[in-house]
Amino acid sequence: MKHSLGFFLRESLRAMRRNAAPSFAALATVTVTLIVVGVFIPIVQATTGAANSAAGKVMVDVYMQRHATHAEDARVMGELRRLPHVQRVVFESKAQALAQQRKQDPLAYELLSGNPLPDTFHVYPTAPSAVLAVRAEIADAGGQGQMLDPAIASVSNHTQDTKRLLTVTRFVTITAALLAALLIAASVLLIGNTIRLSLYARRREVEVMKLVGATDWFIRWPFVIEGVVVGAAAAVMAIVTLAVAKVVVLDPLASNWGLISAPRTIGIVPLMFVLLVAGVGVSAVGSGLSLRRFLRV
Amino acid sequence: MIEFRAVTKKYGTGAFGLDEATFSVDRGDFVFMIGSTGSGKSTVMRLLIKELEPTEGTILVAGRDISSIKRRQVPFYRRNIGVVFQDFKLLPNRTVYDNVAYALQVTGHSRKEIRAKVPDILRLTGLSTKLHNYPDQLSGGEQQRVSIARAFVNHPPLLLADEPTGNLDPETSIDIMRLLYRINRTGTTVLVATHDHAMVDKMRRRVLELSRGRVVRDEATGLYTRDESTREFAQRLRSPAEAPQIL
Ligand SMILES: Nc1ncnc2c1ncn2[C@@H]1O[C@H](COP(=O)(O)OP(=O)(O)OP(=O)(O)O)[C@@H](O)[C@H]1O
Ligand SMILES: [Mg+2]
Repeated sequence: MKHSLGFFLRESLRAMRRNAAPSFAALATVTVTLIVVGVFIPIVQATTGAANSAAGKVMVDVYMQRHATHAEDARVMGELRRLPHVQRVVFESKAQALAQQRKQDPLAYELLSGNPLPDTFHVYPTAPSAVLAVRAEIADAGGQGQMLDPAIASVSNHTQDTKRLLTVTRFVTITAALLAALLIAASVLLIGNTIRLSLYARRREVEVMKLVGATDWFIRWPFVIEGVVVGAAAAVMAIVTLAVAKVVVLDPLASNWGLISAPRTIGIVPLMFVLLVAGVGVSAVGSGLSLRRFLRV
Repeated sequence: MIEFRAVTKKYGTGAFGLDEATFSVDRGDFVFMIGSTGSGKSTVMRLLIKELEPTEGTILVAGRDISSIKRRQVPFYRRNIGVVFQDFKLLPNRTVYDNVAYALQVTGHSRKEIRAKVPDILRLTGLSTKLHNYPDQLSGGEQQRVSIARAFVNHPPLLLADEPTGNLDPETSIDIMRLLYRINRTGTTVLVATHDHAMVDKMRRRVLELSRGRVVRDEATGLYTRDESTREFAQRLRSPAEAPQIL
């Protein structure tokens, strides 16, 4: 290349010094947008994560007759496993169930002499949405209104709850995806617009450069570098703001409030990386592309 | 050097910028283009730097049909033409020095070459004391000189000046014309569009007159001597208008 990187770097620094106001506007826009994105990403993840883990707990509980034998348990286990849409069957003996309940509510079970709980199977469907089909096959085998096996006493009936849960989960996921798409579109438009404004202020300059015989890339490089510098600076500012907010506001809360420490949100380091790449990428590409219309002289 | 063959330029609004204009300019010539407002002078200039494309007709520059120049090559083509615009078109964010240097940076000159060339051309144009001024800190005449310096710093074979004295007082106009004449004497072909009839009459160079986009007068007057020194030239310009005489 005939022109060194140093030359283009000096050119873009000069432009930023002399056009401080538009550069600052672009910087502020990108920073604010990145902060919003940075807050939004973990929130979306926590929400969809929570919804998904709730949906993951969807299952059918199958209660055996109180007097069911081990042989019957084994038979039912086999039958359940052979059902379509069943991913996993977990057996909980009455003793285990009692121990579990005791732990949760010691007082209530203190008074009991015997064990009122039956052997239980937890049947997990392959997908949360298949849960109703699986339930029907157990409680309403062959559409006859009979149990799959006579040794089964009853099947948990949360049809309404399950339906509601599934609807809510789907709603949350779709809403989050939609909001994310909207936010990204808005950010790109906003940043693109700010860049276009700052370029518009300099369109005469670009025109003159062209008339003096500058090639498109000769004009464009300083603008792209300016975009990179502005994007990087904005990303650093956004990251610092977010980090401070996390330490000062979130971390003290996290110990009290489960959602914030929800396991499946992005770590601060990958988040920084995403913001940096997004900031630099969007403003550099934005500058380069927005310039195109002014280069047609 | 320049040849217009029945060139028509029709603007989107329906206005004719040029209407079958035919003329040619030889290498090394100094030619005036006159004509009332809207007669098409700027259109000629803008066609020559390919800021516009003709609607019809052919334009040859240095023997080459410029319609064959591809968009990507236009910048390289423009580097062979120095242009002085009526509104100067200086870069507002650069000093005088940097404005002139830009024309050299565009063509890939090293910083060393630029440091050698720019002060020279600024001395020639009488701007040595204003190197670090920004355009808005200069008078109109000074800005026009910067724009001439920028146009000439690459020593292009062709220099176009669109009303270079449009906003200037007579004395400054003479200085500018003298500068253009000096540039012409280095072998550069110079085409000057102007309203300044008095100046044109005194200069006794070739005159092309346009009217409504047509060439209505083309006088290679022959009333001038080629080897006039710039000092004699300027003296003659300052003398009151007199009957044309052969020197
Ligand atoms: N961009 C444009 N769009 C439409 N019409 C135009 C455009 N530029 C020039 N014209 C028209 O073309 C004609 C020639 O214009 P041009 O600028 O060449 O005149 P000129 O001789 O330079 O005038 P002046 O001496 O006032 O500078 C005029 O009628 C003008 O209105
Ligand atoms: Mg004009």
